[in-house]
Amino acid sequence: MSEVKPDLVDVQIDGVWHQFPKGTRLIEACRQVGAEVPHYCYHPKLTSPGNCRMCLVETGMPPRPMPGAEPPQPDESGHLPISWIPRPVIACANTVAPNMGVRTTGPITEECRKGVMEFLLANHPLDCPICDQAGECTLQEYSVEHGKGESRFREKKVKKPKNVDVGPRVRLDDERCVMCSRCIRFTDEIADDPVLGFTDRGSHTVLTVYPGRELANNYSLNTVDICPVGALTSNDFRFQMRVWFMRETNTIDVNCATGCNVTVYSRQNKIYRVVPRQNNDVNSDWMPDSHRLNFHWIDSDARLTDPMVKENGKHRVATWSEALAKTAEKLAPLSGSEIAVIASARMTNEELFLVNRLVKQIGAGHVEIVPRMGEADGYLISADRNPNTNGVKLVLGLANPGSGLDRVKSGIEEGRIKAVLCLQENLVEDGGFSPELLGKLDFLLATYPLANPTTGLADVVLPGACWAEKSGTMINVTGRLQRLNKAVDGPGQTLEPWEIVRDLIQALGGGNGIYSVTEIFKQLAAEVAAFKGLSWGQIGDLGLPLIETGETIPALEREKQRKAAGLIVG
Amino acid sequence: MAIIVQRPKLKWWEQLYLPALFIGMKVTLGHFIATLTGKKKVTMQYPEEKWDAHLPDHYRGAPALVTDEHGRERCVACQLCEFICPPRAITIKPEEIPSDDKWAKVEKRPRAFEIDMIRCIYCGLCEEVCPEQAIFLRKDYAITGTSRAEMVHDKERLYEIGGVRTGLVNKWNELK
Repeated sequence: MSEVKPDLVDVQIDGVWHQFPKGTRLIEACRQVGAEVPHYCYHPKLTSPGNCRMCLVETGMPPRPMPGAEPPQPDESGHLPISWIPRPVIACANTVAPNMGVRTTGPITEECRKGVMEFLLANHPLDCPICDQAGECTLQEYSVEHGKGESRFREKKVKKPKNVDVGPRVRLDDERCVMCSRCIRFTDEIADDPVLGFTDRGSHTVLTVYPGRELANNYSLNTVDICPVGALTSNDFRFQMRVWFMRETNTIDVNCATGCNVTVYSRQNKIYRVVPRQNNDVNSDWMPDSHRLNFHWIDSDARLTDPMVKENGKHRVATWSEALAKTAEKLAPLSGSEIAVIASARMTNEELFLVNRLVKQIGAGHVEIVPRMGEADGYLISADRNPNTNGVKLVLGLANPGSGLDRVKSGIEEGRIKAVLCLQENLVEDGGFSPELLGKLDFLLATYPLANPTTGLADVVLPGACWAEKSGTMINVTGRLQRLNKAVDGPGQTLEPWEIVRDLIQALGGGNGIYSVTEIFKQLAAEVAAFKGLSWGQIGDLGLPLIETGETIPALEREKQRKAAGLIVG
Repeated sequence: MAIIVQRPKLKWWEQLYLPALFIGMKVTLGHFIATLTGKKKVTMQYPEEKWDAHLPDHYRGAPALVTDEHGRERCVACQLCEFICPPRAITIKPEEIPSDDKWAKVEKRPRAFEIDMIRCIYCGLCEEVCPEQAIFLRKDYAITGTSRAEMVHDKERLYEIGGVRTGLVNKWNELK
């Protein structure tokens, strides 16, 4: 045997020797060397029941000598000869062993896959034209790769319940189910809401929800994501768009401080769905339903599309330069201490960096954000519902974000504050500012994606892009720097918030010379200590740890425990 | 390699060219008189007269949607024709069939189905790709309109052109 570290074992995969840590599952070992083993039931974040039989591979071990016979001798590379076992084993639940051989191709494995595919397709309804999974269905993919191409099954197919509402957000089609049990294991092991299970036997096995219960927990749509076929489909996305038409954009969720990594699926500037993207340091493979479904307002009628100025109590559409000129004109007679800037912890670091410049430029006496605190759910939803509170602390320099909001309110009440620049926030509904209070101001500027009571009161309204329409970086609850990427264009004259703040700075007499988010990030990295030496490209799709906050994400902690206990691959 | 073509040797009266000219003139005059006197008809009075009877079976005219003998719209809005369409003339908006509908088990149908006939190139790929035998190229070739909007065939118009087609595979029929 060649000299290896004690925790590494030599394994031959498809004729080539590799080294893997002890305890590596065969399926993971094969995947790492590019020999993908087809599978349905195996999921690295769930236990492996080994019930789909799709991942059968041929294995072999060194032969055991008969009593008295010569033990096998290692060859010149130091490996013992392999005697192949005639019965295949499942790659998902078996681990590597020293001097083991694995064949992911060859007559035995190929015959096994063909046989499993034939069984799975015997009762499959073949309704791909109306199935939402078509295009990202492993049954389709493996049929092409390993299937027979035609059916020998001449009997009548087993009829099963179709179009069943198993929960408020999930629809079940039992005829399409391949009995992989991923959804059952997810609800049991991850969501702690074991409501799904199999009933009946043999080819009549059906996935059902426990009588009187429904799949209603806030993580139910993850079962749709992990379903390898179209058995579970999302009510929200059902029949909206075929998957092959959509463009995928990697970005992050902004509904809470966790900042789940997501992929936004859009076509022709319309978002159709948001699905979680794997990041083992943030959200594993999951995300809450409430967050993933919170995107329908993006193309609603309430979107602001043009800059507006108020004249004689009525808003009228204006050009950007007109609206900015009016702002500059209104702010000119005021001293800095009479102006308050309310930014948002939903803004990116780059936007906050420019807000900081704006504050310095006008010498604003007050700068605050609107805090949003809720309750953590013990899984992925963090108590802080603002996605970038850490960024506010770091970039805007507020030690205790949100604490000075009452001082701003009393300042307006006493007439010390005469103008408020409200950037990407809703002061009336989220900040607790009454319309009467805001009515006392001489000048109110509001930017926001949607029309709301605050923009209704504002003297100048500017349409600012929402999270899916802008790029930038945010720092999540654990102190991880993550990147937002622009998925769609904002409607009408909408500008990204950093562009608005840049133009405001310019209109108020400041310098310009910034034309992209990456340029701001360069300046940010040069000026803010925590970002020193970082570049935009370095952050990547998975982000990188920036600061220590001492906070953890409960769902991830449990996953680590399960991984340490050897239950899952992770 | 150059091929040397031998020029024909012309006789002296052939070299005059005049006899050939008169022979040609005779043919022309013959046709002229036959047409003038109404003995022969060569002009088709389009659009009063149409070419329809002469169209071959494989002629590819305007694409249209068909219903089957049960009156069911065959299209299930799988959007494969939209995908395959080279000039991107097809736009489909799918919807779910309500549960009280007779064909609720089909689950999906087009809410809107539009073919922009200005874009359509009559290639027939939509018919070829359709897994439900729902779209066929008809023999209608004179697609005209006075505005761009008129040239967009909506679902209603497409079913009007397509009509009922029987004898197709009916996988949605009850087995028992």
